[in-house]
Amino acid sequence: MLKYLLKRLLALLPVLIGVSILVFLILHLSPGDPAQIILGPKATQQSLDALRHQLGLDLPLHRQYFQWITNVLKGDWGRSIQLKREVLPLVITRFKATAILTVFAAFIAVSFGMLAGIISATRQYSFSDRFLMFMALVGFCLPVFWLGLILQIIFGLKLGWLPVSGMYPPGQTGFGSMLPFLILPGISLATGSMAEIARMTRSSMLEVIRQDYVRTAKAKGLSQRIVTYKHALRNALIPIVTVVGMQIGFLLSGAVLVEIVFAWPGIGTLMVNGILARDFPLVQGTILFVATTYVFVNLIVDVVYAFLDPRISYN
Amino acid sequence: MQAQTNIDNLESQAAHEAHDGLEIEQLKPGQEAWRRLKKDKLAVAGGCILIAVVLVSVLAPIISTHNPNTVVNSNRLLPMGTPGHILGTDHLGRDMLTRLLYGGRISVAIGFTAVGIAMFFGITIGLLAGYYKGFFDTLVMRFIDILMAFPYVLLAIAIIAALGPGLLNAMIAISIVGIPYYARIVRGTVLSLREQEYIEAQKALGASDLRILFKHILPNSLSPIIVAATLDVGWMIIAASGMSFLGLGAQPPTAEWGVMLSDGKDFLRAAPHISLLPGMAIFIVVLSLNLLGDGLRDALDPRLKQ
Repeated sequence: MLKYLLKRLLALLPVLIGVSILVFLILHLSPGDPAQIILGPKATQQSLDALRHQLGLDLPLHRQYFQWITNVLKGDWGRSIQLKREVLPLVITRFKATAILTVFAAFIAVSFGMLAGIISATRQYSFSDRFLMFMALVGFCLPVFWLGLILQIIFGLKLGWLPVSGMYPPGQTGFGSMLPFLILPGISLATGSMAEIARMTRSSMLEVIRQDYVRTAKAKGLSQRIVTYKHALRNALIPIVTVVGMQIGFLLSGAVLVEIVFAWPGIGTLMVNGILARDFPLVQGTILFVATTYVFVNLIVDVVYAFLDPRISYN
Repeated sequence: MQAQTNIDNLESQAAHEAHDGLEIEQLKPGQEAWRRLKKDKLAVAGGCILIAVVLVSVLAPIISTHNPNTVVNSNRLLPMGTPGHILGTDHLGRDMLTRLLYGGRISVAIGFTAVGIAMFFGITIGLLAGYYKGFFDTLVMRFIDILMAFPYVLLAIAIIAALGPGLLNAMIAISIVGIPYYARIVRGTVLSLREQEYIEAQKALGASDLRILFKHILPNSLSPIIVAATLDVGWMIIAASGMSFLGLGAQPPTAEWGVMLSDGKDFLRAAPHISLLPGMAIFIVVLSLNLLGDGLRDALDPRLKQ
C-alpha cells in the first residue's frame, strides 16, 4: 500500500509541473503589461522599466518561470496588485471558506444522491423510482447559479427562513452559527452532483441486484435491508466512487459561481475579482492553488478506489 | 371453417412478421437508430422543444417588434402580463420577451459552435494520436492529462483570464476545455479499431492512411461522439452563460441569458422575473438536449439501455 502511494505521488510530479507551467504561460502570454497595470496609465517609461526589472519581466521566459516557481515553492506567491497583500495567506484564508462549502455540498450530494439511487433501484419502475429519476434529470439540468437565485428568492426573501447571502470569515465562528449561511449555497452547489450520483447509484445497484449472490443472500432468508446495504451496495460502490471523484471537479468549479451568487467569501470571488481587475499575481495564485488541490483530491479518490476494489493491484 | 380461418390468419400474420423482420435486417444502422429514436417519446419531445427554441430565436425580429436594447425609463420593472410586454420589462425598461428571444440566438449559437470547435480539434487529435501512436501520442496525451488536471470551469476561467473577458473569448475558452474530452473518446476507439482485421485488409489493399482514418475508422467511432456532443451542447450553454453571469463572458447590454440573469440579481425582491426567465430558458434548452442525448444513446447503442 505504501509503495502504491509513493508511486502515485511520484506520478503526480510531472502533472504538477505541467500545471504550473500552464498557469505561468497562460498569464504571461496574455496581453497587457503587469507593470503598466500596477503603475497606472500615467507612469513614465523609466519607472515602467525599473518595475519590469524588479519583477523580472525583462528576463527570458524560461528564466522567469524558474524564478517564479522557486519563489512559489519557498512560499512567496507574490503580492496582490489590487488588495496590496501577500497572495499565499490571502488564498489560504479564502480557500478555507470554499473548502467548507465544497465539503458540505459533497456531503449532501453523496448522502442524498446515494439514498435516492438505492430507493430507485430497489423499487425499479415504481412511482418513487420514476419520480426520483425525473427529479435527478431536472437537478442535472439546472444551472447552479439560477438555482441559487431561486433558493434566495423562496427561502431568503419570501419565507425569510434563511439568510440570503454572506458568511462569517472562516475560523471566527463555530459550525453551528455558520450552518444557516451554509444551507442555501450548499444545496445549490450539491444539486447537480446529487443528481448524477443518484443516477449512477441506481444503474450500478440494478446491475448488482440481478447477480446470483444477491439472490442467494435473499434465499438464505436475510432481510431486504441487509441484502441491499450489506451485500449489494458494497459491490455497487466502485462505479459510484468514480462518479463521486469526478463530481469533486464540478463542485470546485460550481463553487466559483455559487460564491458569487451568495457573496460567499471564498477563493472563487477572489479569483473573479482578480480577473476583472487584471490582478495577475492574485489570479495566478488562486488558479494554481485550486488546480493543485484538485490534483491531490483526485489522488485521494484513486487511493480510496484501490482500497475498495481488491481487484486493483497496488503494484 | 372457423378453425381454418384462424390458422390462415396466424399464417398470414407469421408471414407478415417474417417479412417485417427481413425489412429490419435490411435497414442501415443509421436508419435503425432513427426508428428507435422516433419511438422514444421523451427524446422526440426534447428534439421538438429544441427545434422550437431555435426557430423562435431565429425569427426573433418577426415575433417581437421591440428592440432588445432600447432603454425606456418610464417602463422600468414592469411585471409579467403587462399589456404590450407579456413577460414584463427589466430594470432599464427593456422588453423581457424580446431580450429572451435575442438571447437565445447567442446562447444556443455559442453552445453549438463551442461544441463544433471542441469536436473538430478533439476528433483530429484523437484520430492522429490513436492511429500513429508513438511520440506524438505520448506528447498529446500528456498535455491532455495536464488540461484535465484542472476542474473544467476553472480552466475556462484561467483561459479567459489570459484572453480577457468577452463573449468570443469565453466561447474560445469553453471550446478548449471541451477538446480533451473528445480527443480521449476518439483515441480510445481508434486504438481498438486499428487492430481489427478489416483495417489490416484495407492496409494490405494499399489504402492511404487518410482513407482508412476518415472512411473506415471515423464512421465507426461516431456513435459515442454524437451522444457526447448532444449532451455537451447543454453543458456549454450553461458554462457560457455562467461566464457571462460572472462578468467574464458577454458584456451588458448584450441580450444574452447569462448577462440577463446577472442583471436581475440586484432586483430579486422587486422583480424576480428578470432573473427567473432567462434561467428558465437555459434550463428548458439544457433539459431538451439531455432528453435528446439520452434518447440518442439508447437508439445508437441499445445494449446500454437500462
